[in-house]
Amino acid sequence: MPKIYLDYAAATPIDPKVLKTMMPYLKKEFGNASSIHAFGQRALSAIEDARNIVANFLRCQPEEVYFTGSATEADNLAIQGIVKAAKSRIAKPHIITSAIEHHAVLEPCQYLKKQGCEVTVLPVSKDGLVSLADLKKAVQENTVLVSVIYANNEIGAIQPLAEIGKFLKQSKTKIYFHTDAVQAVNYLDCNVDSLGVDLLTISAHKIYGPKGVGALYVRKGTAIEPMVYGGGHERGLRPGTENVAGIVGLGAAIKEVASPKNKIHNIRIRQLRDKLIKKIPKIISDIAINGSLEKRLPNNINFTFPGAEGEALLVALDQKGFAVSTGSACSSHSLEASHVLTALGLPEETAHSSLRITLGKYTNEKEIDIFVLALAKVVERLREISGYKTKTNGK
Amino acid sequence: MANNPYYSKEILEHFMHPKNLGAIKNADGIGDTQNMRCGDIMKVYITVEDKKGKTIIKDAKFETFGCGHAVAISDMICELIKGKTFEQALRVGFEDIKKAIGPVPPVKIHCATLAQAGVRAAIEDYQKKQK
Repeated sequence: MPKIYLDYAAATPIDPKVLKTMMPYLKKEFGNASSIHAFGQRALSAIEDARNIVANFLRCQPEEVYFTGSATEADNLAIQGIVKAAKSRIAKPHIITSAIEHHAVLEPCQYLKKQGCEVTVLPVSKDGLVSLADLKKAVQENTVLVSVIYANNEIGAIQPLAEIGKFLKQSKTKIYFHTDAVQAVNYLDCNVDSLGVDLLTISAHKIYGPKGVGALYVRKGTAIEPMVYGGGHERGLRPGTENVAGIVGLGAAIKEVASPKNKIHNIRIRQLRDKLIKKIPKIISDIAINGSLEKRLPNNINFTFPGAEGEALLVALDQKGFAVSTGSACSSHSLEASHVLTALGLPEETAHSSLRITLGKYTNEKEIDIFVLALAKVVERLREISGYKTKTNGK
Repeated sequence: MANNPYYSKEILEHFMHPKNLGAIKNADGIGDTQNMRCGDIMKVYITVEDKKGKTIIKDAKFETFGCGHAVAISDMICELIKGKTFEQALRVGFEDIKKAIGPVPPVKIHCATLAQAGVRAAIEDYQKKQK
């Protein structure tokens, strides 16, 4: 049985080079980065090297990079931290976000709403894009934060961050601009000045680094409060003994992303993804693609296969050795259809029939070829099980 | 087959190789049900016969749009109601399904509820046609 992994948006394997860079910090270099002795200082210097790499990649100052335990934590720190600081000057802070955010952004916003904040959730077009016009209409006097995902995790839709950033800069009152760039880092320019963002979230395990480490860029001078207290780590914004090996891994992963070789990987990934876009509609009837084809991450594609339920697709493919993901619902956690797909205007039944395929730098053409054939068989079988064929044959 | 604790071996077997799949052309009763929340749709087809003066379910088949559990449980309930009177078939519940197919994760219990509703609808359809 093949073992073909096409779920790179969920997690990526650790790049051997990244692992090699991390290993000393899991073994003999175990020092606490806060210790004054040589063990501690070597750990500290490794962290600062990683910080420099990240800062160089984001085109910011090293002291504007704060390491966290995950991207979810970084998103929460950005959103809750900005609102917490704003509450000292504004009684009822207003947050603007979008309908296709990751739960790591949507849920803290919902939480803050319960705590008395105002929250506006921007709609998206059927292509999955936020419009600047909608954002302009949403801005109020008490708006303190806009958080819009850089590239969506389910449909890969790339949002017009630079446009939004430019607009927000003209605002009379300061409106901070945060983006979750987790899915974008490997593929898109993350220069914080050209994007016009004040806060930006990244994650290591989406870019061939380890799990359990993320980072938040915070522009100098941003009014932000910590979520946890206890020690001066990360300049007091994110206390807690640093995950040295993880941070070193994040730095090493960013170094690989920034290397010229990655550009070549990304071109190849796009070509393979485009092959899926070309081949799948040819051998599977009656399908749709969700999200914009132009403003889209090169490694992402999201199909709807009416008559074939998403989780059933995933499980049947898993039985044949393929790992993909569903934007759909009947997952272990929730029965509801994907909030991203329904935000595009997809009816629930259609949203329940969707599959996300995400490629990575270890994907090869042979894998794509056998995947397409297996997918066609599985869709046909599930349509037989759901009686879908009889409907179309009856026309 | 890959080992997946979320999907037991039995569930996977009935999902990948259902025995009672498909429509029955001249079905005596057809039940059409949907779970509005998760979007699953199930269609149950039954044929009946008289045995010793009682009406029993002779054959049962299904078509299901749903996850692996929904398909597997649809298959199993068809198996369980064959040869049963309506009264007996309507009593087939989650415990019977679980006994036959093994453990079902809590989040998937609604799949059994859907299957039971499908059987009920098929029987009611038959009974309506008799009047």
